[in-house]
Amino acid sequence: MAEDSIKAEDLKEGTKKSNGDVTIREVDDVTIRFAGDSGDGMQLTGSQFSDTVAIEGFDLGTLPDYPADIRAPAGSLYGVSGFTIHFSSHDVHTPGDKVDVLVALNPAALKVNLKDLKKNGTIIVNTDSFDKRNLELAGFESNPLEDGSLDRYQVYEVPMTKSTLEVLKDMNLSPKTAAKCKNFFALGLVYWLYNRQYDYTLNWIEEKFAKSPELIEANTRALKAGYNYGEMTEIFTARYEVKKAKLPKGIYRNISGNEAVALALVASAAKAGIPLFLGSYPITPASEILHNLSKYRRYGVKTFQAEDEIAGITTAIGAAFSGSLAATSTSGPGMALKTEAIGLAVMAELPLVIIDVQRGGPSTGLPTKTEQADLFQALYGRNGECPVPVLAASSPADCFSMTVEAARIALKYMTPVILLTDGYIAQGAEPWKVMKLSELPNMKVTFRTNPEGFYPYLRNEFLARPWVKPGTKGLEHRIGGLEKQHITGNVSYDPDNHEYMVKIRAKKVKGIVNDIPKLEVIGEPSGDLLVLGWGSTGGSIATAVENQRAKGRKVSYAILKYLNPMPKNTEKVLKQFKNILLPEVNLGQLATIIRGSFLIDVIQYNRVRGLPIRAFEIEEKIEEILKI
Amino acid sequence: MQTPIEEKTTQPKYTPKDFASSNEVRWCPGCGDYSILAQVQRSFAQILGIEKEKIVFISGIGCSSRFPYYMNTYGFHTIHGRATAIASGVKVANPDLSVWVATGDGDLLSIGGNHFIHLLRRNIDVNVLLFNNRIYGLTKGQASPTSVHGQITKSSPYGNVEYPVNPVSLALGMDGTFIARTMDKEQKHMQEIIIECYKHTGTSFLEILQNCVIFNDGAYDYYTDKENKEDRVIYIENKKPLIFGKKKDKGIKLDGWKPIVIDITKGDNSINDVLVYDETSKELAFILSSFTDNPELPLPLGIFLRRQRSRYEVELENQIAYAKQKEGEPNVDELLKGNSFWEID
Repeated sequence: MAEDSIKAEDLKEGTKKSNGDVTIREVDDVTIRFAGDSGDGMQLTGSQFSDTVAIEGFDLGTLPDYPADIRAPAGSLYGVSGFTIHFSSHDVHTPGDKVDVLVALNPAALKVNLKDLKKNGTIIVNTDSFDKRNLELAGFESNPLEDGSLDRYQVYEVPMTKSTLEVLKDMNLSPKTAAKCKNFFALGLVYWLYNRQYDYTLNWIEEKFAKSPELIEANTRALKAGYNYGEMTEIFTARYEVKKAKLPKGIYRNISGNEAVALALVASAAKAGIPLFLGSYPITPASEILHNLSKYRRYGVKTFQAEDEIAGITTAIGAAFSGSLAATSTSGPGMALKTEAIGLAVMAELPLVIIDVQRGGPSTGLPTKTEQADLFQALYGRNGECPVPVLAASSPADCFSMTVEAARIALKYMTPVILLTDGYIAQGAEPWKVMKLSELPNMKVTFRTNPEGFYPYLRNEFLARPWVKPGTKGLEHRIGGLEKQHITGNVSYDPDNHEYMVKIRAKKVKGIVNDIPKLEVIGEPSGDLLVLGWGSTGGSIATAVENQRAKGRKVSYAILKYLNPMPKNTEKVLKQFKNILLPEVNLGQLATIIRGSFLIDVIQYNRVRGLPIRAFEIEEKIEEILKI
Repeated sequence: MQTPIEEKTTQPKYTPKDFASSNEVRWCPGCGDYSILAQVQRSFAQILGIEKEKIVFISGIGCSSRFPYYMNTYGFHTIHGRATAIASGVKVANPDLSVWVATGDGDLLSIGGNHFIHLLRRNIDVNVLLFNNRIYGLTKGQASPTSVHGQITKSSPYGNVEYPVNPVSLALGMDGTFIARTMDKEQKHMQEIIIECYKHTGTSFLEILQNCVIFNDGAYDYYTDKENKEDRVIYIENKKPLIFGKKKDKGIKLDGWKPIVIDITKGDNSINDVLVYDETSKELAFILSSFTDNPELPLPLGIFLRRQRSRYEVELENQIAYAKQKEGEPNVDELLKGNSFWEID
């Protein structure tokens, strides 16, 4: 085996004659997954690789996948942690369907991720972890490296642990600490394989371990050793090069959906000229919104970790009554608990942003997995006639824009607004073209201060009532959850008044239709097939339709981001197509709404596996409909 | 004694009427809530420097929760059990406001129990007035969390099998910083304590024993009966011995850890044996709270505990000030850009 001839000095300095025969192949698009034990540092390794390619200007999508167990036993199947990076020479809409390269640090990581690997895909394994115990823990009856079961893949066997220990042997590190550096060895090797520079990671290591020169040295050596391993061994027959996609000019950063929501809330409050308040209770996969906002004290952000989901929203309602931009973040089970309070915000007509990061349900369901099954809950899950605007973000970066929209609508129309994201886009990340405060829509708040002719339920041209901050002289008034008399806001049991108020609340929300963008069709505006989607299926739908169009097929797509009200032209758009394919990660919730609202039938495509729908699945469905 | 200068020169700005809204008050005739409303309006009129526009009344659901409609201040009649949570949000978002919660035994101690204990723990400067009538009134007569064991109600026709919450002990257990009790019929006493609630920084909790004339009439007759009241009720006064009785002849003595009633006019006991109260002592407050519903001991009214502890909303404001000082004035564009950005040109 090649590794026998590799010495520590060679790996460190790259002195051995370089393996110059390796050809560099140009590829269009690549998806790499790093997988290992929870303790192997896979999230770190993956984000280093993605930062490096992002800074070089690639468009990319990433997705972490870690176990629900905090510290699962080492080597176990359920303790496997992974990080997927998809980068490409063209626009990237998803973190990738199938994996081209799987870097597996142990047998469990191989076993769990093999199903996602492309036919003829590449596997790089750490052979040092393929011992009897780890194979047993992973449930392999025989060693897959020896029994021929991986024959249809390109397998590279690399002694990552031994090689790492070898280059660190003259340092005074405990074997455990030294072995921990093997993720940088793996990272170095993949940098070599994809012809990328490791400078970004070197700088990062120096900053991260500034207090421990020893760890800087150790991790740097491991990183370089991995790179040099590729350079000097003869086991790799090819390296790959992905041509750069040219993103539009501008400043970019990598952003996850949850980060985007947090930043957008801060920016919206600044734009509105009022303070931000978040009332929230920890829940997977929404907690990062609370975590991120808690760091922004400098921006005057008040975060309130409440005693329960109900207090999360009710403290926010109190803050809204006080004159703050108030928000609450949660996931499906928390939404269920907030239901009654959302009704109060509708009745009291107070602005409030409610973020539901959807996960697999019902009940506790699949906390760390994704789903789009809270649409009905968001639209209808309340007592009485209780209209609430509902928006949905379609990608990690889109979470920024849609959160800003949710805040803008809430403040302008004095209403709670529900924003639906999900575990997939909340945890996934992609480059975001950084926005400046000046580029955000105007949402400056003017509180009512004039007592002349004031009534709490007066309405403006948008049917919004005045917002008065307690503390304002002469405007003392009472609001509440009992039905209000039109204009005066006094408690009223009058039957006609109730009907009037039910209708005016509905009319106010319907009127938002004049204030949102039209539904945009990508592709021909009419034809045989439109793929319609909402929220996070947007990425896979875009990829699938682009692939099909590249093959010359006439198919268009449109992504709904405003679910209530829907854009004005929705019905008109849908009527231009003979067939509408509607993929959803639920049993057909939007499909039911489309049929009910427009008497237009759709072809459903539903997968409810806790996973995003993948582009190739949609492509197969498109081909089936087009009878190809 | 010298009168503080401001009291000489400043006249109260308001009369009780200024705090009354134009809404018609619609509790049952004879309801104890009328007295509470009147005492709140009267005591606010006595507070110097109070600003009507800064007062916010928050309520949940129940008879007591109609309260905000009758006050000419800011008010928010919310949903069942959540008044203390909404009040927390109001106060944390704007610490400049004087925030009050009007609530009942069902609203605060049953459906709203969780929010109440966390309000106390956080010590947010919210004033909670508990209208405790030991029954569900608005839903027409079911057992409440303070209904006594064996009580016959619509939902317990064979007698209540549950034991009541002791609200004062609960608040002590949550490390409340101002805990007091009064009765609907004790007009002056109630006014004095409401003023102390206003002055206290931190959560103030005032349990008001209130009679429901329709569904639990006479629940407190044992303590309000004019003939025997003074022998059955003890008024807590800070730094003073705990004495009571028509002739001021009875006192509370600690026999080891056990409180007992002694006659200070007879036998070996004298006023010197009587426990002198200290409202900053949590231990004494616990002992006195245990008198509740104990027929051998008088019912304590007054301030059980008054202490200072840091407040949630103040610490939060301090963190914001500290972060601004340490990290510099906010620049949102910088925040949006973050530390790891790159430029494509």
